[in-house]
Amino acid sequence: MTVLVIVVPLVGAVVLLGLGRLLPRRVSDGLAAAAVVATCCLAVALLHRTGAGRVVAWMGGWRANGTHGVGIPLVADQAGAGLVVIAAVLTCAALVYGWRYFESVEGHYQVLILLFLAGMAGFALSGDLFDMFVFFELMGAVAYALTGYKIEDPGAVQGGLNFGVINSLGAYLTLVGIGLLYARTGQLGLAPIGAALRGHGADPLVLAGFVCTITGFLVKAALVPFHFWLADAHAVAPAPVCVLFSGIMVPLGLYGALRVYVVGFGGVLGAGDVRRTFLALGVATALVGAVMCLAQRNLKRMLAYSTIGHVGLFVMAAFLLTPDGLAGAAVYVAAHAGVKAGLFLTTGMLLNRYGTVDEHDLHGRARGTGFRVAFLAGAFGLAGLPPFGPGLGKALSEDALGAAGYGWSSAVFVLVSALTAGAVLRAALRVTFGVGPHPSHARRTGETSGAEEQEVDVPLRRVPVTMAAPAGVLIAAGMAAGMVPWFARAASRAAARFLDAGGYLAQVLHAAPARPVPASPHAFWTAGGVALGLVSAVLATGVALAAVHPAAVPRGLRRAAPALRPGFQVLRRAHSGHVGDYVAWLLLGVVVLAVGLIPALTW
Amino acid sequence: MTYLAYAVAGWLFLAGSLGIARSRHLVQAIVALSIAQSGTYVLLLGVGFQRHAAAPVFTADMTIRSAVVDPVVQAMTLTDIVVSATITALLAALAVQAAKLHGTADPDDLRTLQG
Repeated sequence: MTVLVIVVPLVGAVVLLGLGRLLPRRVSDGLAAAAVVATCCLAVALLHRTGAGRVVAWMGGWRANGTHGVGIPLVADQAGAGLVVIAAVLTCAALVYGWRYFESVEGHYQVLILLFLAGMAGFALSGDLFDMFVFFELMGAVAYALTGYKIEDPGAVQGGLNFGVINSLGAYLTLVGIGLLYARTGQLGLAPIGAALRGHGADPLVLAGFVCTITGFLVKAALVPFHFWLADAHAVAPAPVCVLFSGIMVPLGLYGALRVYVVGFGGVLGAGDVRRTFLALGVATALVGAVMCLAQRNLKRMLAYSTIGHVGLFVMAAFLLTPDGLAGAAVYVAAHAGVKAGLFLTTGMLLNRYGTVDEHDLHGRARGTGFRVAFLAGAFGLAGLPPFGPGLGKALSEDALGAAGYGWSSAVFVLVSALTAGAVLRAALRVTFGVGPHPSHARRTGETSGAEEQEVDVPLRRVPVTMAAPAGVLIAAGMAAGMVPWFARAASRAAARFLDAGGYLAQVLHAAPARPVPASPHAFWTAGGVALGLVSAVLATGVALAAVHPAAVPRGLRRAAPALRPGFQVLRRAHSGHVGDYVAWLLLGVVVLAVGLIPALTW
Repeated sequence: MTYLAYAVAGWLFLAGSLGIARSRHLVQAIVALSIAQSGTYVLLLGVGFQRHAAAPVFTADMTIRSAVVDPVVQAMTLTDIVVSATITALLAALAVQAAKLHGTADPDDLRTLQG
């Protein structure tokens, strides 16, 4: 059954590619939807089965014989299967939304979306490093094509190129890493590599293999300084595609890096050194994303930087490498996926109705109740307001980090949530309420405007229900995730299972029965979490009000602005849109990662 | 011989990366990306290489104990080549389109997205 989750969307894509031009639009839409819904049901069934332990499927019946197998397994645990469920649900939403969003598609959009789902499912379920690379590349190639989908839009072409070149280079580094690990261990499966490296010293070759392998995944996860492509790609990709990028593709990169570390390298590279390095990278990512988010006027680019900010927070929590931290990150990822996806879809509706996604040009134009509710819910959701989903993820992460002795990290969580949510709230106040003075339309140098080509010839008079419903359902689901205690407990069980590398090796290599894992029984809201969530919501409101009414800001605070400006200008200029610069940053990032992990050498 | 292969692989990868970083034309950037990728081919084949070993094709005059080079890395290299052909074609198409729409193929002059 595991393999069907990958095969069904793949077959659907191939059938549609062959017949797409012959079939009427409604039939091809229906076929694609049937394939995605079937994948979704299969993924849910798989997730249900993983509750009792990992589900291991050997391709072609070539089983492992101790560590000497040549078989390739698919290994599903709650985390992997759960991510596939999220991917399938978001794909479903993107597909339904696309019915009216794209005027003419000739089957290409559906084919690409289905291939993308197959790539994501394969990546999440693979138990083999080289297979992960292949699915990673499938995901990548489809994603570049989807980014440059509006092939007549100059921005889309540039964004697609930047994304393609940086991600491919990252993927080749992953392949270099896999080659080095194969040279060291003679294995490609995650479990056999883990078994071979356990008890083996952390020599420079192992370290180089690890750093190279995860670099490609970290490029996808948009960690600073690998993050530059993300804003470019999100600014130009069609809104339903952004849903998949921000909601699931970026977290999948993080998942890949974590999976490789936990199963392959948990026994050889010390958790302390890995935790310290990734905590630093996470803080940098979160702060860069939050600051750049506030500085955007293109709504999609703003949401993209908000994703970078949140990825930084996910990294901080997940790379604690404790069940509590990972559970917090999992809840955060799931709830963020819903809310952020809803916001992107709402922005896409603005584009098809008003012909732009520029906050300044849209001032006071979209006063419909639907837009107001969606943006306000999204903003306060991202801020971490209790009792909503992202807030629960944030609170669980803060509690876990605090318990591990990183209490200061709560300040980063509050600040980043407040800034990213403040930016969305500012846009909501300006666009849907017309608050504040009318900002200038002129595009300043070094800034990306929100001019974008529409996907329909005639602007829509009203938003069709096939566009409004997916957005509404996703936001509601993301928000509701914070109110159901079993969801947090399920995340806690998934996290404990994920971190149980010994169980993974035993089950894959020796077909041992699954062993039970303990779940943290009290994983839910705490008083501290509620308080910090309220603080960030209040701060976000303050940030938004200060942005729309700069004159009302107390003079003392206004004096601080010129002191911060030079630093901000440097940061902004670094996001140059130049693919060569991005490559230089990528190489620098590899060096930083390697230097950070040098203390883990035991050679 | 073996160390030479690793040195060549590393050099190709870095030279390709540098080529993208310093590129003045999108086609140059894409070719440089392919050069960086050729580094991975050399690395993989270098990993599987054995002195005096035959190709991994068992003919009648070979026994099960005959030394052959590692076929796994060759399969990986083939997969890698397929992947790279797809990506290069896709990026080249985007580059043609970029030249058409922007009137230039110099990455320095693509200024739609920044900040």
